[in-house]
Amino acid sequence: MNRLQQLFQTKKKNLLSIYYTAGYPNLNDTVKIAEALEKAGADFMEIGFPYSDPVADGPTIQASSKEALDNGMTLEVLFEQLKDLREKVSIPILLMGYVNVVLQYGVANFCKKCKEVGVDGCIIPDLPMYEYEELYRGCFDENGISNIFLVTPQTSDERIRKIDSLSNAFIYLLSSAATTGKDLAVTENARAYFSRIQSMNLNNPIMIGFGISDKQTFNSANEYASGAIIGSAFVKNIDKNELEGSINSFMSQFK
Amino acid sequence: MDYFVNDKGYYGDFGGAYIPEMLYPNVEELRQQYLSIIQEPSFQREFKALLKDYVGRPSPLYLAKRLSEKYGANIFLKREDLNHTGAHKINNTIGQILLAEKLGKRRIIAETGAGQHGVATATVCALRGLECIVYMGEVDIKRQAPNVARMKMLGATVVPATSGSKTLKDATNEAMRDWINNPIDTHYIIGSVVGPHPYPDMVATFQSIISEETKKQLLEQTGSAEPDYVLACVGGGSNAIGMFYHFINDENVKLIAVEAGGKGVNSGYSAATTALGKEGVLHGSRSILMQTTDGQVVEPHSVSAGLDYPGIGPQHAHLFKTGRGKYVSITDDESLNAGLLLTKLEGIIPAIESAHALAYLEYMNFNGGENVVVCLSGRGDKDMETYMKHFNL
Repeated sequence: MNRLQQLFQTKKKNLLSIYYTAGYPNLNDTVKIAEALEKAGADFMEIGFPYSDPVADGPTIQASSKEALDNGMTLEVLFEQLKDLREKVSIPILLMGYVNVVLQYGVANFCKKCKEVGVDGCIIPDLPMYEYEELYRGCFDENGISNIFLVTPQTSDERIRKIDSLSNAFIYLLSSAATTGKDLAVTENARAYFSRIQSMNLNNPIMIGFGISDKQTFNSANEYASGAIIGSAFVKNIDKNELEGSINSFMSQFK
Repeated sequence: MDYFVNDKGYYGDFGGAYIPEMLYPNVEELRQQYLSIIQEPSFQREFKALLKDYVGRPSPLYLAKRLSEKYGANIFLKREDLNHTGAHKINNTIGQILLAEKLGKRRIIAETGAGQHGVATATVCALRGLECIVYMGEVDIKRQAPNVARMKMLGATVVPATSGSKTLKDATNEAMRDWINNPIDTHYIIGSVVGPHPYPDMVATFQSIISEETKKQLLEQTGSAEPDYVLACVGGGSNAIGMFYHFINDENVKLIAVEAGGKGVNSGYSAATTALGKEGVLHGSRSILMQTTDGQVVEPHSVSAGLDYPGIGPQHAHLFKTGRGKYVSITDDESLNAGLLLTKLEGIIPAIESAHALAYLEYMNFNGGENVVVCLSGRGDKDMETYMKHFNL
């Protein structure tokens, strides 16, 4: 059982996960941010490895990805930075990025390296379910890496059941079908959708992401899920000159 | 060897649908319905009627006599430049707009590089009274002002793509983001044989009219439906697939795809994807693309905006890997010279894209009497500024 699976066994409500981009704002901030987030009370985190063409992301994460690439971030560099991660950070960590970067690194290599540095899972939005199941699941399982799937308001019940059967940590529920960085509007439709998922009694816990930006949207999401994920709002708030301070002040609203 | 798509959406090792979950319902809806819609007799009747009466098909297959004399072979030009809007792009947009209507979509989005596909999309949206939004790189908007004006006059909203390199690749990203954010009422008309399955197959089906006509015309003009060579330029590769389509299983017909070598394959300013690329995933399909060892997409270069793309469609990747097609490249200068040559010998100003295919004739050795078909994918009006600057006209 990896750290992520353990976490979901012990804590069932109000889980807070934070996404940030590796190598942003400075190349060597990756581990510093992880340490600051753990101290500030995050339950787990998602470290994004940048890609030149991040189609699922809105302007904020596009910009942080571009800057990270300009700073020299690669998957190779990231794994080097994370080498001593587990001496400093103990909460679960996921890597998040696009499939082409993983394919070039080699999926088997990627999973092995994740295990080596103590990464517990990953989110690869454009890795299709079919290819995961047919080609790559073995590598993930062998190394104890949980692959996280996304679900949107348009995902059919049948497909959600299938995703549930392929998942072993949590399911990432998108608050709406949108790119990252838009505000959550808990409309009638959204409530109906969240309730529909709740009533399916899935085997895996649900985390809600996309559009969660502050305490209020975090609380709304928690009415329907085990917790919520904040990405763009956190990245936007990072102050290059006041790294730890800006992280602490953002995180303090959730205490 | 099977050169066409299988039931999983693959061409050999290439293809598939590498898309985030947000796009899955849209793409899945298309996948489930495109074949049955396209095969409906009423769809085919309407499609064929518009191609004939609105686009002006069949496009002529013209034996270019003076060009033939120069090269010592019978050079036939498939005149896609004579289509309405001046290029082959309209074949696909007519097909997709009819499909979008059958799916009940009211809002159309598209990406464009040089503006040819954007104009072809704006045209069919005007024709059918549908809302049209075209994403175009900020850099391309500046380079292609006349086409931007045409799209606007046709009623389209042209949205600048300001991310990344601000060119075709980024316009494609923006169009995909739009589709993610508008999953219900919107159809995305992709302009080339790229993107997640079923796009490469769907676009190829609509463009296959090019080779369907060519076969009939060749039979009438030469007594044989099979030429010795078929040539076409490749950016994403839609005119080439259309030109190759009905010849792919005629193994005697040699298929030659001409990529944009830019300032030279090894100059760092090139779009010769098969020479410089590696297998990977771009814009939703597994194919060959220009990328760093870390998997970041590399910026291509070509004098021709229509070929300035870092990937090729998955079917091309398969034709390349299996050796069924020969993939070569032509530099910026060679293509411009070939464009001028065709103008002088035949009175036809070709698009610089198409001029890449013509330029490769210089590298071919003929015994005399071979039949060669070159796809003249578009006309050169849009490229006048480039031609004039290059030749001091």
